[in-house]
Amino acid sequence: MKKSLTYLRKYKKEVVLGPLFKLIEASFELFIPLLVADIIDRGIKSNDIPAIVRDALLMVALGILGLCFSVTAQYFCARAAVGFGTGVRNALFEKIQHLTHSEVDSYSESTLITRLTGDVNTMQNGVNLVLRLFLRSPFIVFGAAIMAFIVDAHSAIWFVIVIPLLAIVVFGIMLLSIPIQKKVQKKLERVLCLTRENVGGARVIRAFAREDEEIAVFDRENRALVSLQKKVGVLSALTNPVTYVLINAATVALLYTGAVRVDTGAVAVGAVVALFNYMSQILVELIKLANLIVSITKAVASADRVEDVLYAPEKERKAPDPKSYEGAVAFKDVTLRYTEGADAALSCVSFTAKRGDTVGIIGSTGSGKSSLINLIGGLYYPTEGSVSVFGKDILSYGEKELLASIAYVPQKAVLFRGTVSENLRYAAPAASNEELWEALSLAQAADFLLEKDGLDTAVEKGGSNFSGGQRQRLTIARALLKKAPILILDDSASALDFATERRLREAISSLDYDHTVFIVSQRTSSIMHADLIVVLDDGCAVGIGKHCELLETCKVYREIYDSQFKKEEESK
Amino acid sequence: MKKSGTLKRILRYLGRRKLLVLLSVLLAGCSVALTLYLPTLFGDAIDLMTGEGSVDFPAIVALFITAGGVILLTALTNWLMNIINNRITYGVARDIRNHAMKKLQSLPLSYLDSHPEGDTVSRIITDVDQFSDGLLMSFTQLFTGVITVLGTVGFMIAIDRLIALVVILLTPLSLLLARFIASRTHSMFKKQAQIRGEQTSFIQEMTDNQKLVRTYGMEEENIEKFREINERLRAAALKATFFSSLVNPTTRIIYNIIYAIVALMGALTVTFSGGAVLTVGGLSCLLSYATQYAKPFNEISGVIALLQEAIACAERVFELIDETEECADGTLELSDPLGKVELESVSFSYTPEKKLIENVSLTVTPGMRVAIVGPTGCGKTTLINLLMRFYDVDSGAVKIDGTALPLIKRKTLRRNFGMVLQDTVLRNATVRENIAMGRPDATDEEIIKAAKAAHAHSFIKRLPKGYDTVISPASGLSQGQRQLLCIARIMLTLPPMLILDEATSSIDTRTEMKIQDAFAKMMEERTSFIVAHRLSTIKDADMILVMNNGNIVESGTHESLLEMGGFYASLYNSQFA
Repeated sequence: MKKSLTYLRKYKKEVVLGPLFKLIEASFELFIPLLVADIIDRGIKSNDIPAIVRDALLMVALGILGLCFSVTAQYFCARAAVGFGTGVRNALFEKIQHLTHSEVDSYSESTLITRLTGDVNTMQNGVNLVLRLFLRSPFIVFGAAIMAFIVDAHSAIWFVIVIPLLAIVVFGIMLLSIPIQKKVQKKLERVLCLTRENVGGARVIRAFAREDEEIAVFDRENRALVSLQKKVGVLSALTNPVTYVLINAATVALLYTGAVRVDTGAVAVGAVVALFNYMSQILVELIKLANLIVSITKAVASADRVEDVLYAPEKERKAPDPKSYEGAVAFKDVTLRYTEGADAALSCVSFTAKRGDTVGIIGSTGSGKSSLINLIGGLYYPTEGSVSVFGKDILSYGEKELLASIAYVPQKAVLFRGTVSENLRYAAPAASNEELWEALSLAQAADFLLEKDGLDTAVEKGGSNFSGGQRQRLTIARALLKKAPILILDDSASALDFATERRLREAISSLDYDHTVFIVSQRTSSIMHADLIVVLDDGCAVGIGKHCELLETCKVYREIYDSQFKKEEESK
Repeated sequence: MKKSGTLKRILRYLGRRKLLVLLSVLLAGCSVALTLYLPTLFGDAIDLMTGEGSVDFPAIVALFITAGGVILLTALTNWLMNIINNRITYGVARDIRNHAMKKLQSLPLSYLDSHPEGDTVSRIITDVDQFSDGLLMSFTQLFTGVITVLGTVGFMIAIDRLIALVVILLTPLSLLLARFIASRTHSMFKKQAQIRGEQTSFIQEMTDNQKLVRTYGMEEENIEKFREINERLRAAALKATFFSSLVNPTTRIIYNIIYAIVALMGALTVTFSGGAVLTVGGLSCLLSYATQYAKPFNEISGVIALLQEAIACAERVFELIDETEECADGTLELSDPLGKVELESVSFSYTPEKKLIENVSLTVTPGMRVAIVGPTGCGKTTLINLLMRFYDVDSGAVKIDGTALPLIKRKTLRRNFGMVLQDTVLRNATVRENIAMGRPDATDEEIIKAAKAAHAHSFIKRLPKGYDTVISPASGLSQGQRQLLCIARIMLTLPPMLILDEATSSIDTRTEMKIQDAFAKMMEERTSFIVAHRLSTIKDADMILVMNNGNIVESGTHESLLEMGGFYASLYNSQFA
């Protein structure tokens, strides 16, 4: 929490003035019982009506003054808290935008989103509450005790005894229930998980005719949850009665001492009433304080999660290799590990792609195809060895420089909410409509768009109003618009039927500018015409060459090819 | 109308705990009455302190002894009441959840397919949670709050009618004020929620697609856009936070004024009547009642909002519970079927507006291997939905061994089919439990044998805890590995009929080839239905059904279809050209 508090620095004035005004308002409240005492001891006792009226008016005046102070205070607190939240949110978003890819990978998307939204909000509310109440409540508790001493030090001794006792009870019960509360949370998550499985997996559960067992399991977990909830309930239900007993026992003691003091003539009745009122004020504030502490614990937990990302150390880059290389893209003994000590995603991969080449990359799931692609774009840097693009080590490129020369179509076809033309113009903001159509027809996407609203066709979130194949073609069109010298298709035509894919391949090879193409695929048919094929197996390049060479020399390639083609040939 | 129905149903759930509810009400009454009685005891004690040397100690001690008893009794009743309230609300929540879960198992799949998963889950979890919170709060606060208000009024009237009247009339002012502020801030909160929603979906889109953002160098633009939304959020949040935080100070000023008025009027009454109408102790009593009278008002208005929310939540759960169930189950057991499957002029569509399968007839002899191919959306998976009776036909009939499906018990029907789907559904449980889902009593040997047949054994062995590894989103299984586990499930149960819907779509072709052998062995003498995208995997089928736009356009063996040179031939050739 401490680190992120620096975002409050801009609001120094508010942070000081807010609580200060609150305290002033609180001290007005502490005067009220004194005024009541005055009414009784001076007004009623000696029939001093003007004194009574004056005291009552003073009460109203203090109230109005208190209102002014507290409204100002609320404003300062809100300003500081909201400003703080805004600052943290901006910083966090910026940080996430600049995290390198492997760092983003270590947090799942959903946690990043909850951190940015829910957690920052909890922090903001926490700051607001602390500014508003954290000083006020203890101030009233101790203020009431001090005022009691001023009224009658002798009777006030009961305050000194009851305040710590109350604190122990209120916070003790809270502390005791936190671990059970955590267990309740865990059980609830379990019930949530079960529900999700039953909704999402309904087909499978029914296919195995497991409905009754599922109901029984759910009932069992549900029962366990409720019994834990009841347990925590018994404990937290103690807070009210125990504090009630304590405060009223203290009141009895206080009144008895008061009676003795009145009997000896040390104090007047009004003073006893005042003491009595101070006692009641304490309880209210103490309970407020306990609730506040719950919010603070939540805020601190959120802050930890936020700071975890916000202050994640940026990875150090090693020095670039100053040598210059041949070709458009060259890998030299490249090994990549995503985290230290993990198995290598790529090990000792070397190859060179010349300008204008089409390079095919093939291998089974998890063989390292996407890792290889990520290296070309500089989304990751090699753990060992070097990768160069157009003769320069990727480490010597500026962050944007390298990506500017690459058009990349990811495996998952991603479209943003908006229109088709907006989506396409991510790649080339200044492109004319003709250029958009040209790219669309190259990507075989023009036909189906013409059936809709053309370039103005709306795109729903995630492109859900297009089929998988249509989405892929649109993302390919977007990449083509960039007219970058390197084009990467990362298994991005998998949902296309073979005929469409072939037309697409032909369109790409006919592009009228100098371009090097990388095609990642599981299908041999997609890459067999490539100038260079890299066969990956478990992160190693087990074969590099052309289709016919590889069929002769590379066992893995032949196996893949056979699994897709051989039987056809036999049957022919 | 709807709301009163919901209330009635909530009351019915409560009705099962009549005794507890009655006890809760009784205890609440006792607890409040005792709480209110205490200040009068203290007031009397103060009245006994008449001045120097004239304090009546025996009387005060007697009062204090009574007070001690009252205090202990209050605490006890209060504690018991809280415990009972917990019991009632959590019990009701448990009942509702169990009902919802039971319902879930008998809902037609069309409901689950057409409602987002998150929505259904949140009805059962979040809504029930909020409902039980709301119910608990209303039990503990609404009820005691009302009794407190009534009790306080009674006690105040007993002490001094005029002052009581002033308090009773003025205090609702604070409520009006609070409501005024709340209604004004409502639009601000709505605005804040709306901007926050906008921001969340922006964040979601951008973090989902981090890679793309980088390749197109959109970071700065994004940050700029985020700042802009964030700035608007700040403005809205500041307004909402500040104006809503005015409720406390403004209501407090009203209480302060009432307090001052009570003090003034009380003091004047004491003075003028010389203690005959009102005593100092009575005044002190009135003052503490005045503060107590205001408190429940605030709580009640808060609780009513909460209760409204709770009722809305309950409504959402009840909606789920009220969904129509699958139509009545059949009565016939299906044991060891031969596996003859007939479709007699079957028509079906998910929505009446969009016709899908129309008048399809088909006979599959026992042991036949049937492959279904065709472009996406042609009705392949629908056919399987009908076979498993996840959906019922609109007209016509599906028969197994000559018996129409609706006559057969759903469970026995489904148990006779082994199904592997493209979507791999694994549970948050160990690998062993996942494989044994169809046969929880399977031995370890059998499970391992099934895993080996599915070519899953080798990767399972390499998992951190082997077969005892708990599967979770974080356990890093690839889609292909998940599919292998689902195949192992079927290898364990070996049901008489098989359905493979793109069962190997995420598995690389090399592994697929190996599994095909295992499948081939299993499919011998078993009627099986295979849906596949890769035509190479279904060439050996006894019958290939080629579907397009909901109709079977061609059927025959691979060779005969190729010879025909129709739709299948062009599909096939495009894959290998």
